[in-house]
Amino acid sequence: MTDSTSIFPKKVVIVLVLLMTLILLLPAAGLTFGDPATTLTDQYYIDNSQVQTGANNVVSAIVFDFRGFDTLGEACVLFVAVLGVAMLFRRVRK
Amino acid sequence: MTSGLIVRTAGRLIVPLIFIFGFYLVAHGHLTPGGGFQGGAVIATGVALILICYYYKDSIEKFSPAKNFKLIEAAGLLLYICTALSGLVAGSGFLFNWLNASGGLFGHAVTYGINAGDLFTAGVIPVLNFAIGIEVFGALSVVLLYMFAGLRETTRAEDDAPAPVLLKKGKKGDRK
Repeated sequence: MTDSTSIFPKKVVIVLVLLMTLILLLPAAGLTFGDPATTLTDQYYIDNSQVQTGANNVVSAIVFDFRGFDTLGEACVLFVAVLGVAMLFRRVRK
Repeated sequence: MTSGLIVRTAGRLIVPLIFIFGFYLVAHGHLTPGGGFQGGAVIATGVALILICYYYKDSIEKFSPAKNFKLIEAAGLLLYICTALSGLVAGSGFLFNWLNASGGLFGHAVTYGINAGDLFTAGVIPVLNFAIGIEVFGALSVVLLYMFAGLRETTRAEDDAPAPVLLKKGKKGDRK
């Protein structure tokens, strides 16, 4: 697409991009690292994952047990992505 | 694709080790860093090495056609869903860890605290790890096979031919 067909003039686009960047950077100015210092869930996982799931690996316990439904979604996303690739690279009979 | 004698020989040596390492990552997903996604990706790397070392047509004829990998991928996803649904039947809810500490498959009771780890603990989690490993391995292999199918390959005779003399003075417009 060339410039002549774009909806906005160039200056407006530049101003909009700068404004958007500033808005996105705004929270970073007042944020300290690790700010809510006390979160309860992470300590809960570290303390209880071995007892509740029986897995020594806390990451695996979260991925496959506490957040197992999320992993099912990821597997479905991968399946659909492969479906898309298979459709893109299919053999076309001329 | 060009693959010389060195690549073919090294691949023949390395591919089994890659498969074993990937299987180890999947099987020990509940004990060590790694898991289904990582292990499946490592196994798919072995498939990629096979495709590079042996020519696409050779590997399709001797190894396996792409249709089988589609079946493997679908089987992995089905195994995940069936394991999740079995929690609904045998336990209290979807994805319930009903095999944990039951004495059956992967049902040893885990010893709490810091320990070396037992392979047969954690109940449903290793089963789900295997399911995801199978699915990722199948999925990435299907992608690789479909992409390799579109490449124009050199033949084995072309690759093994003695290298042409470089820096030869060519005519103008000889190479574009």
